[in-house]
Formats: sequence, C-alpha cells, structure tokens
Amino acid sequence: MEPFTTFTAVAAPLMRDNVDTDAIIPSREIRQVSKSGLADGLFAGWRYLSIGERDPDPAFMLNDPALKNARILVAGENFGCGSSREHAVWALAEYGFQTIIAPSFNPIFRKNCLANGVLPVVLTASIVEPIARGLAAAPGSLLTVNLVEQELQDEVGGCWTFEIDGDEKRALLSGLDPIDLTLTLSDTIAAFRYRDERERSWAYSTLSR
Amino acid sequence: MERTIFDKIWDGHTIGPPAGETDLVLVDRILLHERTGGVALKSLLARDIPVRDPNHVFAVMDHIVDTFPGRTSETLMPTGKDFIIATREGARAAGIRLFDLDSPDQGIVHVISPELGIVLPGTTLICPDSHTCSQGALGALAWGIGSTEAEHALATSTLRVQRPKRMRLTISGRLALGVTAKDLALALLGRFGVGGAAGHIVEYAGSAVEALDIEQRLTLCNMGTEFAAFSAIIAPDATTVDYVKGRRYAPVGDDWDRAVNDWLALRSDADAIFDIELAFDASDVAPMVTWGTTPQQVVAIDGAVPAADEVGKAMVEGYQRALHYMGLEPGTAMESLKIDAAFIGSCTNSRISDLRRAAAILDGRKVAPGVKAICVPGSSNVKRQAEEEGLHRVFQRAGFEWRESGCSMCFFAGGESFGPQERVVSSTNRNFESRQGPGTRTHLASPETVAASAIAGHIADPRKLEI
Repeated sequence: MEPFTTFTAVAAPLMRDNVDTDAIIPSREIRQVSKSGLADGLFAGWRYLSIGERDPDPAFMLNDPALKNARILVAGENFGCGSSREHAVWALAEYGFQTIIAPSFNPIFRKNCLANGVLPVVLTASIVEPIARGLAAAPGSLLTVNLVEQELQDEVGGCWTFEIDGDEKRALLSGLDPIDLTLTLSDTIAAFRYRDERERSWAYSTLSR
Repeated sequence: MERTIFDKIWDGHTIGPPAGETDLVLVDRILLHERTGGVALKSLLARDIPVRDPNHVFAVMDHIVDTFPGRTSETLMPTGKDFIIATREGARAAGIRLFDLDSPDQGIVHVISPELGIVLPGTTLICPDSHTCSQGALGALAWGIGSTEAEHALATSTLRVQRPKRMRLTISGRLALGVTAKDLALALLGRFGVGGAAGHIVEYAGSAVEALDIEQRLTLCNMGTEFAAFSAIIAPDATTVDYVKGRRYAPVGDDWDRAVNDWLALRSDADAIFDIELAFDASDVAPMVTWGTTPQQVVAIDGAVPAADEVGKAMVEGYQRALHYMGLEPGTAMESLKIDAAFIGSCTNSRISDLRRAAAILDGRKVAPGVKAICVPGSSNVKRQAEEEGLHRVFQRAGFEWRESGCSMCFFAGGESFGPQERVVSSTNRNFESRQGPGTRTHLASPETVAASAIAGHIADPRKLEI
C-alpha cells in the first residue's frame, strides 16, 4: 500500500443517501477473480446510458468533463451500504478516488477503504452538504486533504478538521501492510491460542471432523 | 464492571493489552464463498503467505452457482466458472475444507453454518459477506468483512478491529399470528432507518425475541447489515442449546457440558451499559412490504405508497428517485400492485421453516397466470428435508420452479435475472436498484407474503388466505 500523502485534487459531489455497493460496482461488472479491472464498471448503472454498454450518460456527474480528474468524492449518508464486496473500493481506487467525504459510512465499506489506502473522512451533514453544493455550482473545484493535520481545505478559505482513529491514521500514513505487522506477533497469538484451547476446548475439539 | 454479552465475548478474544485504539481479536471460525473468498485465497497464495489454521476455515460454493437441476461447474454468469475454479483450487492448495457443488452439505454460507454447527454461541466468526451478522442469532459474535481483512484473518487467525459501540433493541410484546421475523426486521428498518444502528453491535432482546425459534432469529439478525450495524447478536438460551445439540461440528461429551455452562452465562449483566437503548413493541407489527429502493422504504401490507410529506425527514432524499424507479404513484394501495414474479430464497428466508410456511399457503392453490415463481432452498440439506416432507410437490403443483440451493436471484451477477421493469415480490434482503436484474423492481416481504402474492397475481396479505 502506498503511504497516504497530502494532496489537492478535483472533488466530485454525489449527494445521494444510502449509495449501496451494488450501485458503486454492480455484481455483473465483477468478471475476474481479481482486485483490478474494475474502474470501467464503477457506477455502471448510472454512468452509462444502457446496461452492458459504455455510452456515457451526460446527466451523471462523473461524465462532466470538468470532473475528469476527480480524486475526491463527496457523498451522502450511509455511503457504501449493502454488500461487503471490496470490489466497490477497488473500483473507486482504480478510477482514482483517494478520499471519500461523507456524513456516515457503512462500517464494512469504511474498513475496506482503509485496507486499500483510501481515506474515509466523516464530517457532519451540515458541513458536507454546503461543500457539495459549492462543488456542484463550480464543477472542477479543488479540495486539499491533509491527513497529518486531519484537515480539509477548499480554494476559498474554508477549512474543516476531521476525526480519525489513531491506529488507522498511522496505518494510512505508513502504508505498512497489516498482515506483515500482525505476523510479527505470531508467538503472542500462539501463546494466547494455547491457553484458550485449554479454557475453551469445546471451541476447538470438533474442528478436525 | 457490568458487561454486555458483546463485551464478554470480545474481552475473551482480545489478545494482549490494547496496543492502541484497535484491538487484536482472535477469530474462531472463518467462512469463505467463491464470490469474495476466492480472490482472498488467490491473493495470499500470490504472496506466499500460508493459511495459519486451515481447520478453522470452511469454504462453500453459493453465490454465483447455477441453481437449475443437474447443475455443473458451468454457470450462466459469464466468467462465473473462473470464480468457482479459483475457489476450488485455492481451498485445495490451502488445505481448507470445501463444501463443493457435489457436497450434500453445500448451501448458502449463512444457512449451512448454523445447520452444521460451525457457528457456536460465544465464538467469533467472520466471513467476507455482509450478511454474516445473521449468525449472531446463535449468540456468536459474527460479522462481515472485506476480502483484504479475510486475508488477514486467514494468515493470522486474528483481526485488528475497533471496538464497536453497543446498542440494545428491546422488543416487547409478541408477534401476531401470520407475522414473522422478516416483517419485524422490515418494521424496525422503517422505524429506525437504514442508518439506525450505524457501526453498533446490536443486541436484540425482549419477550418478542425470546419467543422466536432459531430460524426466525437468523432472519431477524440477517438484516442487521441493512441497519448499518457492525453486527447483531441474541443471547443464547435453552432454545439455542437445543438447536445446536447434535449438529456435526457441535461439541460432545464433557466438552458439550462445559460449552453449555459457558453459553448460558453469556448474558448482558443487569446493569450493563449500552451506548444506545431502543425499544419497540412487536404486537402491532403487520406483514410488511417495501415500496422503494432501500429497505427502510417499507409499509404495512394493507397500506399505500406514502406521499412525500409522510416519509420521515431522513427519507426525503431519494424519495422521488425511488418512486420513479419503482414506477409508483403516491397513494397507490400496495395490494393493488400486479406482480410479474415471486422469489423465495436467500440467506434471509430459505430455511426449512420458511419453506413449510410458504407451502402451507400454496397447498392446493395455483400461481396466477403470467407470474414466474421460483423457490430456491437455502441448502442442499434443506432441499432434501423439504423433499422428504413432500414440500417440493406442493411448490411444483402450485407452479413454482424447485431449484438446487444457492444465493440465486437474490442478486444479478450477469447470469439469470428478472427483466427490466418487472415487479418481483421477494423473500430476500435488498431492494436496491437493479439488484435482482437490470431495472427490476423488487418488493421485499416474508415467504408467506411472497406465496400469497404469487397466487393472487398482485401483492397480497397472507393473513387473508385460509390455511
């Protein structure tokens, strides 16, 4: 995973509540046993005029040429609800989104973002909605995301701070692989398991059947 | 300190003192399916990282497998076979037990796990699938994750997790005759919204919950993910112990006695503190049916499509979009809506008791002309049991297709689907745009309501039919 660094980029507003992972990447667009090859299918049901085709629907915001290089998505409540498919985040990341700003996220989707170096920023709806209105009024506007300072800035002097769990922040900034990190604790895990198997033999005894 | 059932399980599985804000939690059981599990196995293999304890891992084919009689590894979804083969090869390479297409125990992951006694009260269980919360019905801490976290669990038998906040939803009263856990789950979503439990572990408690059998509890907990919960859980009781006893992977002998002791101690202490406490009375719940494109857009079956000023503030966004997608006008009586198809299946409602209740309604009746009706048993064991009881003949005589088990048309993966603008009454869990097919209009309901609607040819209240 690449370490997360401060960046400034075009932000795209998608102000619908409860955008589900079926909408982010329809199951029919997941064709390979792979974490890549998904960007084309991102928001396919909304982005293209007909299913299975690739003619862009001009009414969908990502097809606005001004948002061509969008790297930040500003979204509504409960973003990423529904299926746990990590393909939703793989598709967003492959398309280029590095940060998603929303009043709330589905918990599994949020963890999937973190696992792929995508920063989920939670801000109240009273902050997100005016930001999104500004972006819709002036397509192509930029936002700056600074994870170190936990700050979000716009081009006209707006600045907002956001909260994030300390461990999650460190993981994003370091880009270190969590599996490698946990494997360094193998002995601790083994010792815990050894004791646990004696205390809770019932949780282990039938697994070799 | 007084603790909730969640705290007791969590604390018992936390390895070492908390290093920071996230805990390292031991995972007792890992479940995988071909849609999201195959890619996790493939990715680990590519990194040359072994599965730490293959004995604790169970893989199954359910998501994109064909459900037609006489099926093979071929499936209608283009490239679907690749997922099946990748999972088969990944499981073999890692030494993981696989319930393959030809296994008598194959079925939907959240149906076979309780059925085989894989999930046990007090255990931690994860699966790269959002409906893993179903299994909290057994008093386990079971939650859905993504594929990358599944790789972490496979490699280390642990996960790094932030401790979720705790919510208790106390459901008093008792469900009326003809009203099911599905109706209750939908009523809760209607009342509290699809963000109602955001990130919390929800303990369902109260007289209405205690009265539910395990299959109904599975249905209730199943839709915890639609509630945006971290997961759902119900304290184990005598009903749970009776259900688990004798199942294949359930403990036996002295271990069984010790387990039952441990399980029955898993209750939230009297003064345990929850971050949120909610209350709901089950007595007035009617059969429910969704009208929109999120599960919170739901009304009682004798109700009508709501007007804009009748939906809560939280639901205004998306109201017009949903009406347009569903082809509905405000004020239209739900029971007046003609249907094109009826579907009974999915991890929400495809267990033997679901099929028995639907069959009781279908017995001696016929599906209305022009309605495509399909029943997909939740597991091969459920299918066999139903056939032993003759239920398949009831379904078939009524005009239902009787399929092999799998997730089937709960979602469209590029293979079989319902058609554009077709109106489907479905015992599944998601009514999202194009979930069951491009442009398909899904109305979620209980298996009874699906059966009654299939017969009537329009959305119909099962309580009005004599059984």
